[in-house]
Amino acid sequence: MTQSEAREAILARIRNAVTRSSDDCEREVVAGYQRVGSRMPEERLALFVERLREYDAQVVTVEAAGVAKALGELLRPDAEHAVPWVAADGFPADWLAECPAVLPETEAGVDELNRCAGVVTTCTLGIAVTGTLVLQHGAGEGRRRTTLLPDRHLSVIHASQVVETVPEAFARLAQSATRPLTFISGPSATADIEMTRIRGVHGPRQLTVILAEDWIRLFPATRHS
Amino acid sequence: MTIRVGESATAPSFQKAALPLLGDSQLRKNLRHATEVIQRRRAVVAGELPDWQALRDAAAAVKQKTLRHLDRYLVQFEAACTVAGGQVHWARDAEEANRIVLELVRQQNAGEVLKIKTMTADETGLNQALEQAGIRPYETDLAELIVQLGNDRPSHIVVPALHRNRSQVREIFRERMQLPDLGDSPQDLTDAARQYLREKFLRVKTAIGGANFLIAETGGVCIVESEGNGRMCLTLPETLILMAGVDKVIPRFQDLEVFLQLLSRSATGERMNPYNSIWTGVYAGDGPRNFHVVLVDNGRTGILADEEARQTLECIRCGACLNACPVYRQTGGHAYGSTYGGPIGAILTPQLQNMEHAQSLPYASSLCGACYEVCPVKINIPEVLIHLRGRVVREQQSAMKPEALGMKAIAAVFRSRRRLEAAHRLAQAGQAPLVRKGWIHWLPGELGAWTAARDLRAIPKQSFREWWKETHRDAE
Repeated sequence: MTQSEAREAILARIRNAVTRSSDDCEREVVAGYQRVGSRMPEERLALFVERLREYDAQVVTVEAAGVAKALGELLRPDAEHAVPWVAADGFPADWLAECPAVLPETEAGVDELNRCAGVVTTCTLGIAVTGTLVLQHGAGEGRRRTTLLPDRHLSVIHASQVVETVPEAFARLAQSATRPLTFISGPSATADIEMTRIRGVHGPRQLTVILAEDWIRLFPATRHS
Repeated sequence: MTIRVGESATAPSFQKAALPLLGDSQLRKNLRHATEVIQRRRAVVAGELPDWQALRDAAAAVKQKTLRHLDRYLVQFEAACTVAGGQVHWARDAEEANRIVLELVRQQNAGEVLKIKTMTADETGLNQALEQAGIRPYETDLAELIVQLGNDRPSHIVVPALHRNRSQVREIFRERMQLPDLGDSPQDLTDAARQYLREKFLRVKTAIGGANFLIAETGGVCIVESEGNGRMCLTLPETLILMAGVDKVIPRFQDLEVFLQLLSRSATGERMNPYNSIWTGVYAGDGPRNFHVVLVDNGRTGILADEEARQTLECIRCGACLNACPVYRQTGGHAYGSTYGGPIGAILTPQLQNMEHAQSLPYASSLCGACYEVCPVKINIPEVLIHLRGRVVREQQSAMKPEALGMKAIAAVFRSRRRLEAAHRLAQAGQAPLVRKGWIHWLPGELGAWTAARDLRAIPKQSFREWWKETHRDAE
């Protein structure tokens, strides 16, 4: 069987190459970089909002009890799209209480996702320093294609889900390392033509983040789009 | 072994290929603009992290450790990926890698495939192999699409169509997508690509890509991208085939916390690129049902054996060294005649080719060190360049090339005062027809290589020794 032949040949070449190495000791990697953030919670959230906006995401900040009302305003069907907003499977029903016609993900095939007004999901965590949302595609977060095909992606995140640094995010994700994970930092973009940043190449053209927390009034007021 | 690195086995020398490119003012304008913009952005977001140097150190340490135990980590990755429902294949060289992929595509009876930007498949010439077998590959990265539709070659690791400006892209799209009224704003062009590819994403059932990182601990794969074409390809088709160099493996899931901080900041000057996908094997009801990873050697284990050059394999393909290189910024990527251009290409290509081709590339550098300074994994490229120049020279010496013989003769002359003085007198007498106002602008034959790019001072009437003898007679 040539496959196992190739495998053995490559492994033998590697072993032959590294046994001649002078350094035989197992080098331990020293993590001298910053693992844990140093900002106060409100600073962390302010940074998260600033970084999201810098990469063209829209941010709406609401009090925890105000999510349903905000969604009621944001998830309106529009004339441009034949299919209404799609809600990810497991998305909290009480948050959708004020939304008129939302299609459940189970009823949305590729064609519906392609033509819908947008998709609404929760997420696993947010990273402030990079302005990133992480989805592990569990309940409420949608399957991977669900947050990819629609024109708009709206995601709800609680302040407690926002960490400051990338290593803090990986510490929280350690238990779900083998789940499908998607890190989203702003809407899909390209700079392939003359380094001009263009939004919405193949993924959603618009990314909206609803940040829910009771002490959110610390932030400057934001307009609902 | 049929090692292949793009067209590098038949490409002209760097010096020869660079000449016509240096005369292309549009190309140089495009290059200058793009590399300046990326460099500026990179400097801002790298400078923003107080622990940037510590991250570089950690990344280098992880990569060194991985390479030292590469066999163990590859086997670990294979086992974990297989348990999770993936299939791992091994390819010794480019031909074997292409053969494996072709066989997998044929099993799906696919006449067309989606492609995610992959340097490894470009290295092995996969697209040509697919086309020869009657299978149509669709490049889905915007820049790769521009290159493919323009029958062109990529010129940059991260931004392959960096040598094209908007009006050149419009011409290509107008003709190949049959859009006579297409505008030339980057927005119009990007919209055209979105429309052109959306239908293909929804229809084509097989996708081929590369990988940024293979995680030994979990058997997972990480793909870093911006446009969403990668996510399309790895979630919509039924079959997904990845081609990845054996150097792409990292030990732990957690190691990504280092590399993901370094890669996009170095590559595009973004704090994080829009999409990172990490997944492990196959998931019921989400993504492809058939998942294959082809581990490609194609000369990499040869590099591993050279301890001084091994660090070449630590590269994470961010392209920062290209943007920083004063040589790349003049010539662009095509002069390097390989999938990999710029400083990293200058050390990677000849080594993958076992120094049998691309021997001019280690000389395509002024050794200024800018590449080392920006490298997120701290590859000391100038050090490796010098090491490789040594290998080239030693090989030429053993092959008795004219330059090596000339150097030997010169060494013999310099070793003896008598011979040096005789040579001096001979040159003084012989140079007369060549000297113009104290300078020599042209030398005949092999020596002309020196004067092709620089002038030579004429040999003075009197040497220092002669002057000393004359003026210090009394002292003696």
